[in-house]
Amino acid sequence: MKHRLKPQQYLILIAIMLTASVGDSLLSRGMEQVGAVDVHHLGLLWHALFNPYVDAGIVLLIGFFASYMTALSWADLTFVMPATAFGYVVVAFLARYWRHEHLSIYRWAGILLIVCAVGFVANGPSRTEIPGEERPSHSDLNLMDSGAGR
Amino acid sequence: MIAPHTGVVRSWSCILAVAAMAIAGECLTAAGMRKLGDLDIIRARSGMAGAIRAVLSSPLFLLGASCMALNFFAMLFTLSIVDLSLAAPATASLTYVGNAVAAKLFLRENVDQRRWLAAVFVCAGVFLLAK
Repeated sequence: MKHRLKPQQYLILIAIMLTASVGDSLLSRGMEQVGAVDVHHLGLLWHALFNPYVDAGIVLLIGFFASYMTALSWADLTFVMPATAFGYVVVAFLARYWRHEHLSIYRWAGILLIVCAVGFVANGPSRTEIPGEERPSHSDLNLMDSGAGR
Repeated sequence: MIAPHTGVVRSWSCILAVAAMAIAGECLTAAGMRKLGDLDIIRARSGMAGAIRAVLSSPLFLLGASCMALNFFAMLFTLSIVDLSLAAPATASLTYVGNAVAAKLFLRENVDQRRWLAAVFVCAGVFLLAK
């Protein structure tokens, strides 16, 4: 059986691609403003928590982790992996168009390869059906709700 | 003075250790989430708090998260002795290929030709992005 994704599941994959890359970029921008942290100035880490870019970055990375765990609950690891790799492409585009950095021909080639990888996997089934594997049914979940299943 | 080949062995040992911990972390969390079932259904039934409780009470997830935490500190140590331009793409690429192998062996995923090709393309892409 081929597992196809629902529209909201594609949204989760897009969230994975965007939140990790934009979160990392915001953390990077925030830490540039905070300054270099070393063992003699660990107090700067506390100071960093009051930087809006760092705060926004942390929120997005929490969102990434939640989206990633959600995706792994209904898709194979080897299906979700290229989506996380697509984050590198988003970072490269942010570097080019937000930070106005130069992208070499190698980087454009790298972007093309990762886009192709995402295309290969996105076109296939999202999940391997393992014979004999028990999946929690709706009735099991009702038991979990009542605490009787634990 | 450390012989050059000792430095190379040490650098690649660190890179391999970082990748191994990342692979263990990813596979354990994936196994935990697979065993737990569709989080969207759990959230619809038990709310966000119920879904978070279900994830945090999964031993496989907790083990995987511990591996990821170790991976983070191992990466910090590696970056203290290996250049970022080598460490980042090398660990990322090894992790992608290692995850595909581990997913086939331990998670029994159907890693077909298309997924192998995707893993190789991602590795090559990450290396080119780091150039």
